[in-house]
This record gives sequence, C-alpha cells and structure tokens, in this order.
Amino acid sequence: MTQVSDAPARTRAQISERTLRKDRWWQAPVVVVTLLTIWLTYATVRVFTGHWYYVPKYHYLTPFYSPCVSGECVPGSSTLGHWIPAIPPIIPYAFVSLVFVLGFRLTCYYYRRAYYRAFWQSPPSCAVREPHAKYTGETRFPLIMQNLHRYFFYVVIVISVLNTWDVAQAFRGPDGNFGFGLGSLIMLANVVLLWCYTLSCHSCRHITGGRLKHFSRHPIRYWAWTKVSWLNARHMQLAWTTLGTLMLTDLYIMLVASGAISDLRFFN
Amino acid sequence: MSSTEIERHSYDVVVIGAGGSGLRAAIEARARGKKTAIISKSLFGKAHTVMAEGGAAAAMGNVNPNDNWQVHFRDTMRGGKFLNNPRMAELHAKEAPDRVWELEAWGALFDRTKDGKISQRNFGGHEYPRLAHVGDRTGLEMIRTLQQRVVALQQADSAELGDPEAMIRVFAETTITRLVKDGTGAPRIAGAFGYFRDTGRFVLFEAPTVVLATGGIGRTFKVTSNSWEYSGDGHALALLAGADLINMEFVQFHPTGMVWPPSVRGILVTESVRGDGGVLRNSEGNRFMFDYVPDVFRAQYAETEEEADRWYTDPDHNRRPPELLPRDEVARSINSEIKAGRGSPHGGVFLDIASRRPAEEILRRLPSMYHQFIELADVDITKQPMEIGPTCHYVMGGVEVDPDTAATDVPGLFAAGEVSGGMHGSNRLGGNSLSDLLVFGKRAGEGAAEYVDSLSGPRPAASAASVDAAVAEALAPLERAEGENPYTVHGELQQTMNDLVGLIRRETEVKQALTELEKFRERAARVSVPGGRAYNPGWHVALDLRNMLLVAECVAQAALERQESRGGHTREDYPAMSAEWRKVNLVCALTGDTVSLTRKPLPAMRLDLLALFETAELKKYMTEEELAGIAPPSAPSADAVSEEGH
Amino acid sequence: MGYMAALKVWRGDAGSGALTDYKVEVNEGEVVLDVLHRLQATQAGDLALRWNCKAGKCGSCSMEINGRPRLGCMTRMSTFDPADTLTITPMRTFPVIRDLVTDVSFNYAKARSIPSFTPDPSIKPGEFRMQQEDVNRSQEFRKCIECYLCQNTCHVIRDHAENEAPFAGPRFLMRVAELEMHPCDEADRRDIAQDDFGLGYCNITKCCTEVCPEHIKITDNALIPLKERVAGHKYDPLVWLGSKISRRPAKAGTPAVPGKR
Repeated sequence: MTQVSDAPARTRAQISERTLRKDRWWQAPVVVVTLLTIWLTYATVRVFTGHWYYVPKYHYLTPFYSPCVSGECVPGSSTLGHWIPAIPPIIPYAFVSLVFVLGFRLTCYYYRRAYYRAFWQSPPSCAVREPHAKYTGETRFPLIMQNLHRYFFYVVIVISVLNTWDVAQAFRGPDGNFGFGLGSLIMLANVVLLWCYTLSCHSCRHITGGRLKHFSRHPIRYWAWTKVSWLNARHMQLAWTTLGTLMLTDLYIMLVASGAISDLRFFN
Repeated sequence: MSSTEIERHSYDVVVIGAGGSGLRAAIEARARGKKTAIISKSLFGKAHTVMAEGGAAAAMGNVNPNDNWQVHFRDTMRGGKFLNNPRMAELHAKEAPDRVWELEAWGALFDRTKDGKISQRNFGGHEYPRLAHVGDRTGLEMIRTLQQRVVALQQADSAELGDPEAMIRVFAETTITRLVKDGTGAPRIAGAFGYFRDTGRFVLFEAPTVVLATGGIGRTFKVTSNSWEYSGDGHALALLAGADLINMEFVQFHPTGMVWPPSVRGILVTESVRGDGGVLRNSEGNRFMFDYVPDVFRAQYAETEEEADRWYTDPDHNRRPPELLPRDEVARSINSEIKAGRGSPHGGVFLDIASRRPAEEILRRLPSMYHQFIELADVDITKQPMEIGPTCHYVMGGVEVDPDTAATDVPGLFAAGEVSGGMHGSNRLGGNSLSDLLVFGKRAGEGAAEYVDSLSGPRPAASAASVDAAVAEALAPLERAEGENPYTVHGELQQTMNDLVGLIRRETEVKQALTELEKFRERAARVSVPGGRAYNPGWHVALDLRNMLLVAECVAQAALERQESRGGHTREDYPAMSAEWRKVNLVCALTGDTVSLTRKPLPAMRLDLLALFETAELKKYMTEEELAGIAPPSAPSADAVSEEGH
Repeated sequence: MGYMAALKVWRGDAGSGALTDYKVEVNEGEVVLDVLHRLQATQAGDLALRWNCKAGKCGSCSMEINGRPRLGCMTRMSTFDPADTLTITPMRTFPVIRDLVTDVSFNYAKARSIPSFTPDPSIKPGEFRMQQEDVNRSQEFRKCIECYLCQNTCHVIRDHAENEAPFAGPRFLMRVAELEMHPCDEADRRDIAQDDFGLGYCNITKCCTEVCPEHIKITDNALIPLKERVAGHKYDPLVWLGSKISRRPAKAGTPAVPGKR
C-alpha cells in the first residue's frame, strides 16, 4: 500500500515444510479413498455380474438394475420394457440410468470436494501443500463440465420416480396382493434416503428458490427453499448414507435372489 | 538514501483515523472536490468502530412513531446530565436519521421491521426503540459500508481520472506523531508528520487542513474494552498543536465488560443484552438495579419487576426496567454491589439472559456475544448467566470544536467523533456514538472543505525546523542504547490510572496519580527499544507513551478539579451533583511542556430547546439564577410535557 | 496454575527467516495472542505482530498456529497440550513484512476490482424497503471481519501464486455473491464472476469455510450458489431458451470491471 523505494523485496515467508500441521490431517483423505474404492469396486462388479438382481417372487429389483432394458433381463424385472434385444456384456443392463446416476454423483458438489481432496490431493487437506505444479480448477475442459450438474439432477429426479415405483412393486406379495418383507423395508428406506440426497442437492436448492433475489415476493418457493436448505446442510451425510443403503439394498437382494438367504417376510 | 529521508505527499484534506467519523469526513471532503488522504494506524477496515455492537441511535420512528428528534435530544441531554453542548446534541438528534439512511443507499443491510424499514432496538437511556442495528455487529456493518463507499468512489475516480487514488487515498498502517504548522504568519495547520509502520520510513503530508478522527483514550487504563489504537493520539496531537480539550474528567466505564478469565477482562458485553431482556443480579439472586434508581430518573423507570417485564411488550403503558438506566448509573451500581460483598466469584455481578429468553432468540439476536463467551470463557449464555463488571469504554471529553463545522481553535484543524468533546456531556448514551461519528464526521469533512475554499494566497507550508524536531523526537527511543522497556512503563501507567483515576475517584488518590504521572513522564523520556524501524511494535509503544501521558494528565487534573459527581466522573468525597458545577467546562491546554486547566462557561441552551423540558426537571439540574432567566412555560412546552406521558 | 510453554515463532523478513525458540509463561484462560504479547513485553520487544481488538471482531491477528490458519485472539492455550511445542508462523500466502506481519494488499486490490453496490438511482435514502428474509443471506456474508484467513488457506493461490491475477479468492467471490443477493442491487455480476474473478478456479474443497472464524458458510451459501447462478446464466440451454421465449424485462447489464484495461 505504501510504496517505499528502499523497502526490501517482499516475498512469502520461506517455510520449506509442506505443512506444519500436527494433527492427523491425512486421516480424512485416507478414509475417503478407502470407502469410495470399496464401494466402486463392489458396484462395478455387481453391475456387470448380470444375475441375482431380481427376486421374482417378491418383485425385488435392485436399484443397480433399474430399469433393466435388455431383452436378456429376467422376466418381470423390466419395468420400462425391453429397449434392445441384447447388449454386450461390457455394458450394464441398466446403462440408461447408471450413466446419469453416476454423472449426478460425480458432479455433486459434495463428492467433488471429497474426490478432489482425497484422490486428486488438490488440496489433500487445508493448509497442506498440494503436489501439483499447475492448477486451473474447473475453468476448462473437462472439469468445466461440472457445471452440468443440474441436468443430471433433472434426470435423476425421473430415475428416483422409477426407483419409487420399484419399491411400490416390492410391496406386493407372491400372490400379487399387498405384502412385504425385510427386503421391502430396506428398499423403502433406501429410496427415502435417495430422495433426501437428491433433493438436498445444491442445484435443487438453487432451482427451488436460491436463484431468487426477493424471497418475500415468492413465499411458497421461499418456504420450499428453507426446507431444501435444511436438507442441504446434511448433504454430505446423505451422500455417504445413500452409498451405504444402496450397497446394502443390492447386497440383500443379491443374497435373496441367489438363494443364499431367504427373505424375512412380515406379511404375505 | 539517508535514514531520515522523508516521503512527501500533498493533499487538500488529511483525515487522521479511518473509523466511522474519519471515513465519513473523507467521503464528504472528496464529495466536495477535495483531494483527500485517509491515514489509518491499522489496516483499512479494522478501526475500533468495528467493535461497536448495539447500534446507531437515530429518531427515525420506525418502531415507535412517537419518536422524533426532540425526544432524542431530551434523552441525550438527560444522559449527559445537561452538561452537553446543546447545539451539538441538537444537530446530532436532527441529522442522525439522514446519516443512517445514507448508509443504506451505500449498501448497508440493517435488520428490518415487518414493513421493510430499518428495525430499531431499545437501549439504555433512550425513551423509544431507536437503535438501527445488525444483530450485535452494527459497528462492523458501518465500517464496512463506509469502507466500501470509499472503494466505490475510488472506482469512479479510476474510470474518470484513470487513477483510483487520484482523489482519495488510504494510507494504512501509518502513524502521525506531530501536526505541523505554518512556519510564517498566523499559526495555522500546514500538515502532518508521521511514519509508515511497515518500513518505519517518515512521511510528511502537506495539507492546509487536518481532520482528527482518532477515537479515544482507553489504552491509558488497564481494564478497557478499547483496542491498542486508543492511545489518545488525536487528543495529544491537538494539545501539541495548540488546541484545547474539554470535559476530560468524564470517562465512561461501560457497566458490562467480561471479568473472567483474566486475559479477556474488559472485553465488551453489549448493552443489547439488557435491551433485549437481560437482567443484572447479585450473588443473592436479586435484581439490584431497582435499589439504585436516582431521583432525576425516578419518573421514567419501573419500580417493580412485574412492571419492568411488561415494558418489553407494552412500552406505552409501563416504565422501563432500571437495567436500562444510563451507563454511568449502572456501572456505579454494579461497583457498589461488588464492594458490598454481593459480587460474583470473579469479582463481577451476573448478567442473565439465559433464564429470560429462549435459546433460539438469544442466538439470533446476540450471535457474537454467544460466540465470544463460548470461545473465550467456556460460558454458554443461552444456559448460564454471564459474569460482568465495569470496563473503561469511552471518553466523553475531547477536542473543543465548533458544533456546526467541527473546527477547533487552530485554523485548519478539525475534529470529529470520540476525539471531539462536548456532544455527550458527562455521559454518553449507548448508540449515540455511531450516529455521532456519522453526523459530525460529515460536518467535519464539510467544514474542512469550506476552509480550503476560503484560503487565499499561498498555502501554509511546514517549517523545516518543526519537521526536523519531529524527526528527532521520533528517533529518540531507538537511539537510546540503555533505557527502560516501554511495555513496562505502559503497563504500570495503565495500572495507575485504573487504580487511582478509575470509576470512583478520591482527592488523595487523584493527587497521588498526578505525582506518579510526573515519574512516568521521566521514565518515558528514558525508554529505549531494540531493533530497527521496520514494523517494530516496541518503538510504536514508546512513541504512543507521550500521547497517553498527556491525556492521562488532563484526565487526572480535571478529575481533581471538579468537586462533584456527574456522569462519567464520580468523586467519593463529593457524591452529589452540583448545579453550580454544571455551568462549567474544564479546559485542558498545553503551554510549553505543562498541562494546565482553566474553567470556561458551558454554552447556554437556546430557549426553544429549554422549552422541550418541564421546569420541574430542569430544577434538578440548574441553579435558581439560571431558572429565573427562563421564561415561564409557553404552549409548545405544554406539548412537550404531555409527550412525556409516563 | 501457570506453566512455561515452549514456542517456535517464525522471525525474519522477506529475505530470510527461521523458527526461533522461546519459553513463555502461560496463565489460565489465556489465548495465543496473550502469550505472544508476554513474549513481546518481556523477551522480544521488536516482535512484529498485528492485532487490534483482541475480541475476534477486527480480524487483524491472523496467523498460522501449528500449521492451522487461526486468529491469535480466539485460540485458547487450553486447546494445546502444555508439553507440546507451539509453532507460530505468518500467513503463508502473503508476502511477509516482518515476523508474523504480512503484506495483505493483494486483498485490497481485489476489493477494488469488484463493481460496487448498484441500487436503482431513483430510490432516495430513507425510501429503501427490504424484508428481513431478503437480507438474511447477504447479512451472513457481511459478518466477514476480513481476516483473510480464507484467502490465505485457499490452495488456488496458496499453492499457485500464478493464480493471484485471475482469481479473486473466497472473500471476494463471497462479496460478489453478497451483492448478487442484495435485494436492492441491480447489477448483474454473473459473467464477470466467472470471467474476471475466477469462480471456475474454486473446486469447492471448503477450506475457506473450515478456517472462517465467523463460521460463515462460505462454500455452501456463497460460492456454490454463485456457481449455480453462473451455470444457469452461462451454461444452461433451457434457461437460455426460456429467456428467448418469455419476454421478461431485461436486467441491468453487466458492469465493467473497475481498473481492468
């Protein structure tokens, strides 16, 4: 601010240590890498397995295979019909939804934070030097595509409706009338949490009311915005919880479908 | 390059201080086409104004439409025990609303009423809810708004003139040590001399006008809510330049400062806690303030807890709780309770809002108080009472100025804000400071601009001798090889002032303080500091000592002289308020090296202003002769009486 | 009650510096700034240190304590083990002036580059009407005490000084968000937020929020909503299409960036 000609050149304090933090700052990135790697491995294996995804007796369809659009899908599992007679094994049966669900989570503001920190080390933790020589953030391709988050959100809303339909089917017993078992409840819990995760998304918060300048002129949208904001504050927790419930739901259905266990039925 | 080479800058108006009044003055001077420098001891935007919590008092009548400038004027005079300069109190009450509204046009976001206007809150001594506020961080909002207004003006200058600093420039972390005067002819201001804190390089601002906006003197006392900047620089610079200080005996001790842990002792607990329902209790659980309502305020304050509690929701039919008495009364009452052995474990009393308001409301209305107590004292104010005690907060005294132009007796020297005196009389009401900064900051900018316009002939020029003397004075502590540590001298000075010229004063103690001050002066002349000139805080403290000692001397001398108790001056040996003393301002001046005190009559109140009060009330403050000179109440004063209501 | 704390304080100026060892007394309830003051008053009179209010309100005493960006006045000594050595360094992102004092003029330059509050010129002072729910969002951002800890921590400039030109940093992107959400501001800063202030550099890793002493939710409430506004404006074909079909009155245009050549 004050130009003084005889002042020494000003440079940053020369401190060679990458960080002087003494707490276990590396713990969080390690946990995130571990959990996400486990989950991704499980999910990848499962979507390419091609069986044990549907329990015809109880109408349990795992979300990983909804909608099952190939002619090869197990009878009864194709809610939206067969779009193509057969698809090569390198493409999952539910590729139509998976691509958007994956895109939604990849561009999610919370997951971005998690993987930028944990996988890309940019930064690994606050006030810890990152290992990259250059950084342009989300200013250019491909990361500028993160701005498309809201499109994934729109599509995932439709997919969530489909998931909800799948849950409704799971409340039919073998005779087609009302009935439910532990699988139905797990699916229900999963879909409720999926809705919460989806609606708590930052794009949803923006679309609902965040984009408005004057809340007072839009009382209903303001009300909705306050609710979405409440959920939004729990976005991180929901992001992790839904990974867990997705895995649990799929695992349960796999075990029942493969005959490893039988569903605990409460009614019909 | 020699170590004493001086950087020179030329301006029309140099404003010393970048708090509320300094920035407002600079904005005004720039608006009037004057090339303006803002000099700030700390970074831009860190001034002590950020610590103001409660709000800015302005009779906008947004919450209670009965409010108007006359009521505000009355409250201010009552708060100051009728020692205020009535013209200043009048201008302040009249212009405060415009100054607050102006901030809004510059981007300030005050809390709102239901109909979208600026919300106003209750505060001690204010008859109606009057304080425009933003939670409990109003000062921050104000400083940021003014700072951003300066930036906006710089952006406009950048677009128009190609240089953002063409018309208004901020010199951050720059300290002024001397005002310099014209070497020839009439003794008028020619500039200001100082140093850049970062490099220690000297700088001379050549300017025909200087606006002092340096704030207060709290760093002279040990327990204070003030930041390090409050070393009385402006007071001392004015004295050294030949201007007078008035009312220096009146130092406000805010009733509620933190008392525990020791390292945070003195940090302010906003009056809003009481304005929003908090009550004071002693160790026996009693709301002791009911026992301390003085006669002059008896009519306006509740006598029972029930009435006081009803007032928050129905202020038109109930009287105010005594916790909302002016600050001097509350501070003294707390002091008495502690002395009587009814204090809290750490030597304070309890301020309780936890049992009075829901946690959610406390968090919403007092977020930074919650934050402050949970982080610094492990106290959750939504669950536990706070422990509080008086802390040195504000000096009512300051540079004597012309109310309309903020001009001092020295041509070219202006003063506004806390560094000026007269506006608040013997005690300032909470909320009147922020509005004072704005009202008189603007007037000072205006006054300075008009003064520049009135100049003819060559501009005043600083004499080489005075600049050389300033350089020598500034370098002295660095050049003494052996000498005392300035931090030690400062620490002991604070303790002495706190113990001997604090909230309650006695003749023997004040005399002792004056003797001690003599010794401190000798010690200060011998301090030496290690290190160089680049950002050397030891050197900065050594240079600030001169200012603090001058100010302390004025405070002590005036405290000894005034043989009565009034507002921020309590003499244990003269506990009553005296109508004779009300007519007197004590003026502190510097002759050579000697601080001297003279008496001067208080400016008289105009009849139309007097008519705003009931004669019965005036009788409590004025002498028989004064009352005899006032015409019997006419029609307008009857209105005023009925407005009093309760 | 008191104990002697071991301190390592970075001393030096631009050219060179090193961690210097000290032993300083600590008493109950003290914060790091108290201990540094005691060090200053008793052992190192010329220790350069910036502070003002000592109450967490002015944002002057920003420093790094055990590698974490903090305010010295709001960091209690009781949060550390008395047996541990406390390492205190200046903010790393800004050039150092001396010891713990850094040159933060970068921030003032950025502040001056953001187009200021732009109200409807026909509204006179005193005539502004705003509802509380419309000012809540910007009020949160105006709690900012400009300690610049977020600017210091943000890896975009902390680890990549070359980004100082294109990136305004969290504090000033939040200022853009504050004005965008101000109910009486009429300018549209969405384009320049992305193009001139580098919103795209932010990868929302939330360190700004983590270090904010005022607990402002910088990322969730300012930066992401701003990113969403920009996405809606610049990258959303549906919005683009909608603006072509419906005939809404055109918003006030994008202001020029002050000082940009």
